[in-house]
Amino acid sequence: MKITLTLNGNKHQVDVEPRHTLTDVIRDACGYTGTHLGCEHGVCGACTIIVDGEAIRACLMFAIQADGRTIRTIEGLAQGNTLHPLQEAFVKHHALQCGYCTPGFLMLATHALEKNPDITDAELQDVLSSNLCRCTGYQNILAAVQDARDTMRTPS
Amino acid sequence: MKAASFQYYAPTSIADVVALMAEHSDAGIRILAGGQSLVPTMAYRLARPAHLIDINRIAGLDQITDHGEFLEIGALVRHEGFAANRLPARLGAILAHIANHIAHRPIRARGTFCGSLAHADPASEWCLVAATLEAELIAESARGVRTISSADYFRGIMSTALEDDEFLTSVRIRRPADDTLFGFFEYSRRHGDFALAASLVSFQLTAGLMQNVRLGLGGVEDYPRRLAEVESLLEGQSPSAAVFTRAGDLAAQHVNPSAADVDYRIELVKTVVERALQHANETT
Amino acid sequence: MNKQPGQYFGQPLQRLEDQPLVRGQGCFAADISFPYQLHMRVVRSDHAHGRILSIDTSAAAALPGVVAIWTADDVADIPPIDFREGSVEKLAPFRQHILAQGKVRYVGDPVAVVFATDAYLAEDAADLVRVDIEELVPLLSADDAPQEFSPGLLTEATICSQGYGDVEAAFKQAHAIVELDLSIGRHTGVPLETRGAIGRYDAARDVLELHGAAKVPHRNRESLAKMLSRSTTSLHLYEGHVGGGFGVRGEIYPEDVLVLVAALRFNRPVKWIEDRREHLMATNHSRQQHHRIRAAVDANGLLLGIENEVWHDQGAYIRTHGTRIADMTCGILPYPYKVPAYQADLHFRLTNKTPAATYRAPGRYEANFVRERLLDAIAIRLGLSRIEVRRRNLIRQEEMPYEAPLMALGEHIVLDSGDYEGLLDKSLASIKCVELEAEVAARKANGELVGLGLAMFVEKSGLGPTDGARINVDSSGTVEVVTGGASVGQGFETVMAQVCAETLGVAYTKIRVVHGRTDRIEYGIGAHASRATVMTANATREAALLVRKKALTVAAELLQTPEDQLDIANGIVFRPSQPQGPSISLGEIAQRLRPLSPNRGDHIPGLCAEGWFNTDHQVYPYGVFIALARIDPGTGAVIVERIQIAYEIGRAINPMLVKGQIMGGFAQGLGGALLEEFRYDDRGQPLCLTFADYLMPTLLDVPPVEILLCEDAPSPCNPLGIKGAGESGIAAAGAVIASAVEDALGLPGVIRSLPITPHMIKDILRKSSGTPVEMCP
Repeated sequence: MKITLTLNGNKHQVDVEPRHTLTDVIRDACGYTGTHLGCEHGVCGACTIIVDGEAIRACLMFAIQADGRTIRTIEGLAQGNTLHPLQEAFVKHHALQCGYCTPGFLMLATHALEKNPDITDAELQDVLSSNLCRCTGYQNILAAVQDARDTMRTPS
Repeated sequence: MKAASFQYYAPTSIADVVALMAEHSDAGIRILAGGQSLVPTMAYRLARPAHLIDINRIAGLDQITDHGEFLEIGALVRHEGFAANRLPARLGAILAHIANHIAHRPIRARGTFCGSLAHADPASEWCLVAATLEAELIAESARGVRTISSADYFRGIMSTALEDDEFLTSVRIRRPADDTLFGFFEYSRRHGDFALAASLVSFQLTAGLMQNVRLGLGGVEDYPRRLAEVESLLEGQSPSAAVFTRAGDLAAQHVNPSAADVDYRIELVKTVVERALQHANETT
Repeated sequence: MNKQPGQYFGQPLQRLEDQPLVRGQGCFAADISFPYQLHMRVVRSDHAHGRILSIDTSAAAALPGVVAIWTADDVADIPPIDFREGSVEKLAPFRQHILAQGKVRYVGDPVAVVFATDAYLAEDAADLVRVDIEELVPLLSADDAPQEFSPGLLTEATICSQGYGDVEAAFKQAHAIVELDLSIGRHTGVPLETRGAIGRYDAARDVLELHGAAKVPHRNRESLAKMLSRSTTSLHLYEGHVGGGFGVRGEIYPEDVLVLVAALRFNRPVKWIEDRREHLMATNHSRQQHHRIRAAVDANGLLLGIENEVWHDQGAYIRTHGTRIADMTCGILPYPYKVPAYQADLHFRLTNKTPAATYRAPGRYEANFVRERLLDAIAIRLGLSRIEVRRRNLIRQEEMPYEAPLMALGEHIVLDSGDYEGLLDKSLASIKCVELEAEVAARKANGELVGLGLAMFVEKSGLGPTDGARINVDSSGTVEVVTGGASVGQGFETVMAQVCAETLGVAYTKIRVVHGRTDRIEYGIGAHASRATVMTANATREAALLVRKKALTVAAELLQTPEDQLDIANGIVFRPSQPQGPSISLGEIAQRLRPLSPNRGDHIPGLCAEGWFNTDHQVYPYGVFIALARIDPGTGAVIVERIQIAYEIGRAINPMLVKGQIMGGFAQGLGGALLEEFRYDDRGQPLCLTFADYLMPTLLDVPPVEILLCEDAPSPCNPLGIKGAGESGIAAAGAVIASAVEDALGLPGVIRSLPITPHMIKDILRKSSGTPVEMCP
C-alpha cells in the first residue's frame, strides 16, 4: 500500500505492508535512522517522535495509520548548523552517554516545552519519567531540560 | 518482534465497522483504537488478528458529551482527554487525577478509555472507574445496539461480555450528585506501571455522615468490583481514620487475589482502601 | 606528578561525541545496512531443558523469500565459543555451541536460524520452524544438588577457592562469631540498544567483516579467527556507536559467529538485530549468588578471620569469561578491611537458565553487599556503631602498598595507594553526618521508617599489561589518535583527546579519535573492567610525547632555537620568551615531513608516532557510600531519599564524565537493589521478557547523587596517576541500600537478599515481633 508521510517537512511516498510499524518505515524506507528502537513494545520511549503535534511511541503505531500526517523526528530538530536549545543543553549538561535514548528524550522534551513553555519542575519529572535511560541516572537529563526551558522562556 | 500479517481497514463510520465485524468475526478481528495494549501483544505475536479495524478515522468518537444525567465517553477519547477539565467539577477532577496514573504521557496521548475497557486488564484504572461508578457500556453490532451494565460486563481476566462481532462505541457514566466526594489510591512498583492494587471510593456527606458509599477495588482480583461489605460498613458512619482502617481491614478479608503473592496483595488492599478513603476525606 | 588541572587535563569539557548523537546522526548496529543483505532470525528453545527429537523446517523453507534455514548439523564444523583468556580443559565441555546440539539447556537456547530477504519475513519463517523437544526436568537453583550435565560430568563445573592464614585458629579464638546467609538476585546490564551483528564478506579482498562489534574487538577477532580457521588479518571488526555496554555487549555470542559463517557461505551481507524479548533471554545475565559467610571477631570488633561458602548460578553454559566473576568475588571480598585469615570456596554451578557473565562491577557488587552486610552485623552484635567497626578494621594508609595474598583477574592484588579512613572522614563530614543522624532520629521518633546506610568498597581498574596508540598529525594540523580502545558511551573519544591535547599542545577539538576498528591498529585492549582510561590514555600520552618530541626537533632546526626553549600551544610551536616571534604550526611541520617533501632532511617521514604503555599491576580506587532511605509501611515501598558517593579517583581527566559514570552506575545499582530481577517459574520459563516485567529505574526512582570526587591518592602505577571510574557508582549500591533499609526497619539481620522488594518488606513487617534496635551509623 502506498502512503505519504510528511517527515521533517519533506514528503515521502513509500510502499508499506499494514503491519510495518512507523518506526521501521521511518528508519528503513525513509532513511531517518535517528529514531531508535529500544523495546518495540512501547515502554522505553527510545522511538518517541511527534506526529501531528503529539509526542507518541512510533513502535506502537503502524505506518499506514500515519498516512497523510506530519511527523517530526530528531533529524528535524536543529536548524542547519544551529542546534535546538534542548540539544545545546544536553551537550552542556552531559545529559547523554551512549546516546541511544537521546533522540527519544529530545523529542519528548521538545513536545513538553512546546505544549507548555512554563512547565513546572514537577511536571517535567513526570513527563521525563516516560522514557528509560540506562547510562546517565537521569539527573543530567532533567537539568538539561530545565535549563532549556529557562533559556527558551527568556529570549536573550 | 514484528507483528504477523493482517488485513487492514480504516472505515469512516460505525456502520462500516459493524459490517466488517459481522463479516470477519469468525476469522479473528480486532479493533485498533489507541493500540497501546494491542500493538505490543501483536509485536510479541501473542495476538495475531487476521483483520484489524482502525477506527481512528471515524469522526465524532473523540468526544466526552455531558448529557446532564450522564457523561458519554466516545470510543476515541484518549486518556489525556480527561486532563482538560471540561467535566463536572469533582467528577472531572477525580477522572483527571486517575488518568495521570495511567502509564506515561505519550501512551496517554494515544490510549483510549473505551479501549481499556475492551481490553479489561485487571489492573486497568478505567475498568475500576466503570466498576465502581454507575457505568453502562454501549455495544453495537450488525445485530443492533445493546447496553451492558458495568456490573454484568466483566467476566474474567481480560474477558468481558462483549461478543466477537460487537464494537464498544461508548461508555456512559451516571453523573453523581454534585456534592459527591471521590478518593483514589493506587500502588505500583514504579510510577506509571500497572497497579498492584487500586481503590476508588465515592460518597456524600450528609450531616457529617457518609451516604451512598461506593468502594471499588482493582488490580487484585480477576477484574475490578465493588466491595459491598465495606460499603455497608461505611454507610452512615462519620469519616475518621479509625473507620477507614476498619474499612481497609474488612476489604482485606473479602478479596481473593488472583496473583501469586496473595499475602502481599491482601496487605496492599488494606492500604489502598484506607488511603482512597483518606483522599476522599481530604477533598471535603 | 603535577596535580594542577591543565588546559585540557582535569577540565569538565564538553564531549566530542555529542554532536552527531544529539542530531540523530549516530550509527548504531541497526543503522548499518549493505545492499543485497539477508536478515537472520534465531529460532530459540521454548523449553528450559530437553532433548531435541526433531526439527521440521519444511513449512518455513517454503515461504517465498526464505533463503536458508540451518540447524546444528549445518554448523557442525564450527567449534564451541571459547574462553577469551584461553582454554581451560576442565571447563571446555560446558562451552556453548552456536546452535544447540542434541540438548537445549535454557529457554532462549538457539536451535536453528532462518535467513530471509526481509526481517518481518524472517520472523514469520522462524515461527513456522517446528522443534520437537522431549522435556527434561530443569535444574533451576545453584543451591540444589548438582545433576548430570553430560555423561560423566556434573553441573558443578568446578570449585573456585582462595584463602590464606589459619582460619580454624581464628574461629577458635573468636570472641564472637557472626554468620549470615545472603543472596543476590539475577539481573544484568540491559543496554537500551539491543545487540546486533552484521556479517559481510568482501570476496574481492578476501576480507570477512563483522559490524556491530563492541567492547573488545581485537580480542574477539583472535577468537573468531580461530573458530573460523582464518588469519586474523583477513577478519576485521568494526565498532560503530554502541548503545550501552555494561559488560554484556561485545562478548562473542552465537549470533556473531552465525552472521559471519552465513556471510561467507552465501557471499551476501547478513544482518541480525536482536529484539528485546530475545535480549532478556539470550544476552548474558549476571550476579546470582548465594553466600554463607562467617566472621570471627575479637572483643573489640576486629576481624580475626572470614570463611565464606558461595553458590554461583552460572546458567546454562560457561561463556567467554570462564570463572572470572567467581574468582573476582572471592579475591576482592575482604577489602578495604584487614582480614588475618580468610577462606572462600565457591561452587561454580550450571543451571537451566540464561548463561551468566560480567555486568558492570562483576563480583564486586555481590562481594560488597556480602561484606558490608557482615560488617553491619558485627557492629550490631558487639554494640558498636557501624562507622566505628569499619574504622577499626580498615587497612591503614601507612600500610600501602598493601600486598594481599589473593588474586583478581589473574594477578596478585596489591592495593596501590589510599587513605581509606581519610575518605571515610571526608565523607561523613561532607554529608554532615552528625546533623543527619539527629534528623533521622527525630523522624524515627515521629514514627517514620527511615534509616541511614553506610558501605565502603575497594574497586579495581586498569588491568594491563600493555596497550598502544598511534598518533598522526596531518598537514591541516588535525591530529588523529588511533587506539585499540573501545567506546561504549563513556566518553572515550573526549578523554583520549584531552590527554593528547594536553600532552601535545593542540586544541582538543582538533583531535579525531579512532577506536574499535581492527583494520586501523593491530592490537587493542578494548573497554572492559574500567581499564580504557588507565591503559589507553597512558598509551596515548606516550605517543603524544613522541610526536611532540619530533615536532620540537624539526621546529628547533627551522626556528634556529634550542628545543628546550620552545613550547607548543594550540598546534603552534613558538618561543614562550618571545610570543610574537617566529613560530610554525604542526600542520606545516607535517607538510615538511611528507615523504616527498624536499625539506624533510634526514627525518623519518610523517609527524606521527606509536606509543606503548605497560603496567604490572591493576590500580585500586575506593569509595564510601552513604544513603538515606525511607519505607512506606503501607505498601512496603523503599524510597532512596539521598545518596552520597565519595570516590578516590587518583586523578580525573574529565570530572564531568567521571561524575556521569558514577551517577549512571548508581542508577543501575539501585535497580539491582530494589527493582530488577529475572524470575523463572518452576519449569524454567522466564517471567521477565518485557520491560513491564523487568523493571528498570525511571527518573522518578533515582535520587540526585551527591558526589565527592577526591584526588588525594594518585596511583603510583601510571604517570598520569589515574584510577578508573566506570564501575564505581554501582559497586556498593546494593550494599548501602540494604544497610539503610535495615536501619529504617530497625530490625537487625532482616535484609539478607537483593532485590529488596515491597513484598519482602511487608513480610518482614508482618513477621517482626522483636523490638526495633537503634543502629547508629
